[in-house]
Amino acid sequence: MFIEIKNLSKIYNKYLAVDKINFHLEKDKTIGLLGPNGCGKTTTIGMMLGLVTPSSGEILIENKNLNSFGRDEILKRFNFASPYVELPKKLTVRQNLEIYGRLYGIKDLKKRIHEISNDLEIKEFFERKTGELSSGQKNRVSLAKSLINKPEILLLDEPTASLDPDIGDFIRSYIQEYKSKNKVTVLLASHNMNEVERLCDSIIMMRKGKIIDKGTCKNLIEKHGRNNLEETFLKLARSKDELQ
Amino acid sequence: MNFSKIYALGLRHLYLVMNSFPRVLDLIYWPTVQIFLWGFISKFFTLNSEYYNNTVGVILTAAILYDFLFRASISFNMMFLEEIWSRNFTNLFIAPIKIREIIAALTLTAIIRTLIGLVPAVIIAIPLFGVSVLHLGLPLIFLLIGLYLFGITLGLLVTSGLLRYGPSFENIAWASLFFLAPLGCIYYPIDILPNSLQIIAKGLPLVHIFEEMRNILINNSVNYFNIFKSISISVVYFIFGVIVFYFSYFGAKKRGTLINMGE
Repeated sequence: MFIEIKNLSKIYNKYLAVDKINFHLEKDKTIGLLGPNGCGKTTTIGMMLGLVTPSSGEILIENKNLNSFGRDEILKRFNFASPYVELPKKLTVRQNLEIYGRLYGIKDLKKRIHEISNDLEIKEFFERKTGELSSGQKNRVSLAKSLINKPEILLLDEPTASLDPDIGDFIRSYIQEYKSKNKVTVLLASHNMNEVERLCDSIIMMRKGKIIDKGTCKNLIEKHGRNNLEETFLKLARSKDELQ
Repeated sequence: MNFSKIYALGLRHLYLVMNSFPRVLDLIYWPTVQIFLWGFISKFFTLNSEYYNNTVGVILTAAILYDFLFRASISFNMMFLEEIWSRNFTNLFIAPIKIREIIAALTLTAIIRTLIGLVPAVIIAIPLFGVSVLHLGLPLIFLLIGLYLFGITLGLLVTSGLLRYGPSFENIAWASLFFLAPLGCIYYPIDILPNSLQIIAKGLPLVHIFEEMRNILINNSVNYFNIFKSISISVVYFIFGVIVFYFSYFGAKKRGTLINMGE
């Protein structure tokens, strides 16, 4: 087991954001984290990234508690992309990638930037300020930053939110292609059910801070007697009682 | 400490300045205006005050040193605020960089920003008012070290507030130095303050720095014990500032404010 989440909870003042969740991530697999807005996905990701201190429970990486790693020791194995987190707007794409490459201690940084910018087709706006780019371009740059260190664990929070179908498909295809060539464990939080079906090996469904079901897409659809993942999601999101 | 990472973070802020001419202009503009204003006031007092008789530029030198402190603190705050304004906070705090490296990067980059702004203004003061801070001689270096450490400490305390309370704490960033200025005895001797305030003022390094500056310029003598005292007090405040910053960081992680910090 690569990453294990054990009885993880987070309480903000008196609000229970995440309630004793348990799940694990197998090495080099992609897990989808689904659930309605405010169900605790972002808090869970925040705890995994060390941005939020859990109220109780633990996160184990290769059977070792996350807290026992040095901050820089563990974070160089992670990376994260989200359209809600931006790169410095006044810096060019090249400058941003250079700075994050240096922060992640990448050797032969020029070569790595060249590779990733070719793969994600960002060369054409390489010298433009990040704040001047379109949403699709920004998302590609954000993804480039998140892959600059070839992370072992990649956390993606709605990587294709608010993108047109063409760019969305480009990003999904790229993630698929990248996964086929590199060893990376991905936790993908998304509201796009097609994306989840296409990219994820298994799914965790959350609601009100709890995990209400988990399994492969096919299993969940069959188990809940629905035709597709979207219908299954709606059923689970609207159900009143905990299913698992 | 990984100096390559400190350099990377410093580079992020230097790129920001280099990419924008208005930013460079803004850095230079305010210190220059200050020098002009205090240069004329200084000239007036020199000609009309017995206290400042034959001591050209005491007020202007005080203004330059105070601006150095002000710019150091504001630069530190500004660089931290830039991360909030650009919604880059999460990316920064998930990068494999230690908190002490973030503090070191902001501290070292703040001096560059400060010097970009202040050096042109200081140079202008020489031909225009016949005043050069270099007249303070070797002690100038020690006075600047004390001022810089205290300026960074104020920056650390304000950024700790930003971590604790979020961007709404921004106004305090601008007000922080004005709050301490009256007690700093920048332009007047400490005797002017009421006795009760003198006790508080002596707890600040500013009083010792500016008293010593006046001593050097007016009496042509240097009291190194005073300078040592001012640096020691600054170091104590700096350590306190670092501790407060760490507490705020861990508090922010507990409250989850690091994940969605933005405008």
